[in-house]
Amino acid sequence: MSKEQKEREPLFSTKNIKLLTTPLNLSNPITVQVLGICSALAVTAKLMPAIVMSISVMVVMAASNVVISLLRNGIPPRIRIIVQLVVIATMVILVDQVLKAFVYDVSKQLSVFVGLIITNCIIMGRLEAFAMGNKPWPAFLDGIGNALGYGLILVVIAFLRELFGSGTIFDFRVIPQGFYDFGYVNNGLMILPPMALITVGVIIWIQRYYTRELIEEN
Amino acid sequence: MQEIFNIFIKSIFIDNMVFAYFLGMCSYLAVSKTVNTSVGLGFAVVFVLGITVPVDYLLNEYVLKEGAMVWLGPEFADVDLSFLSFILFIAIIASMVQLVEMIVEKFSPALYASLGIFLPLIAVNCAILGGSLFMQERDYQSVAEATSFGLGSGVGWFLAIVGIAAIREKIRYSNVPPALRGLGITFIITGLMGIAFMSFLGIKL
Repeated sequence: MSKEQKEREPLFSTKNIKLLTTPLNLSNPITVQVLGICSALAVTAKLMPAIVMSISVMVVMAASNVVISLLRNGIPPRIRIIVQLVVIATMVILVDQVLKAFVYDVSKQLSVFVGLIITNCIIMGRLEAFAMGNKPWPAFLDGIGNALGYGLILVVIAFLRELFGSGTIFDFRVIPQGFYDFGYVNNGLMILPPMALITVGVIIWIQRYYTRELIEEN
Repeated sequence: MQEIFNIFIKSIFIDNMVFAYFLGMCSYLAVSKTVNTSVGLGFAVVFVLGITVPVDYLLNEYVLKEGAMVWLGPEFADVDLSFLSFILFIAIIASMVQLVEMIVEKFSPALYASLGIFLPLIAVNCAILGGSLFMQERDYQSVAEATSFGLGSGVGWFLAIVGIAAIREKIRYSNVPPALRGLGITFIITGLMGIAFMSFLGIKL
């Protein structure tokens, strides 16, 4: 620890880049750390809310990681959860007000799930696991990295569900009318909540098939 | 009276916290390895939801809503504090969990020992905050309705976690493809259970 602190690290050292990239695959918050599933599934019936949600989570996460990391030496361990919740809740209120002001429709679609970012385990989890013990800049990168990993999965699920469920991408029809004339039917099941779970299950399956080290012992 | 009962049934089966809204998934997936622990966590969730939803209802009704502060005097008629609801709800939940923990520890040490670490963790279970936020969004008419919604959601969550824990205990004996073991298969089973629960959608209450 002392050696690293003496030499000033460059802003994008290998270690810092790693903070950004490992959450995309090896320690993906959704498929590996199992954090933040709640909101991930509920907002993915369409691509647009999923993207807005990922951006909101990214903002909240990066900001609260930095704040907690700055405060980390002043927070008594016994009340740290309350302190963390207050910081997160403040950030979420800000994001919620911004969403209500600029993208009201999407904010209506997200309904309670913006508020639920507060209890999104991914944020608490990273605060506990990383921000409490690291300096602001790595904590910021960790927040961005994890939010990217979270957003990646969200966008993939939302893309599949919107494409097969409603035949649209960002509400533009992409499946040509000819297909429908030949009897192609949108798979209504994809829009329903349970299919989000099964889609995640399949994504986990594919990911673990290619990254063997993630496979669990029964 | 019938309305209250309807809300109770509806929040258990039709608007199930886990299968319809994916709330409380994190602890649902993490704690559902054995039936015993999941029963403990399930009870704790029912308990905490049953307390926090009515308390947050009163808070919403008499402090936060637009015009809710009228009881203080007519000059408060257009105070709208609803933007503060997130932070106040979470504060209520965190303190209620703390209170419940102390009460349980005092009066039923056996239950306390079996719930163990789960009680404090409930504060960050999204199902709890979700319960309060849905209560706010759906605009229930009385404390009784809010209470029955809270209890019903808790019971629905309880059913879901005990069900998945029982299935996971049995699935240990089957030959799941290696890459799907553990998390993957749990997701798929939950999805299938969700489809099964969707058959309740046809019930009109």
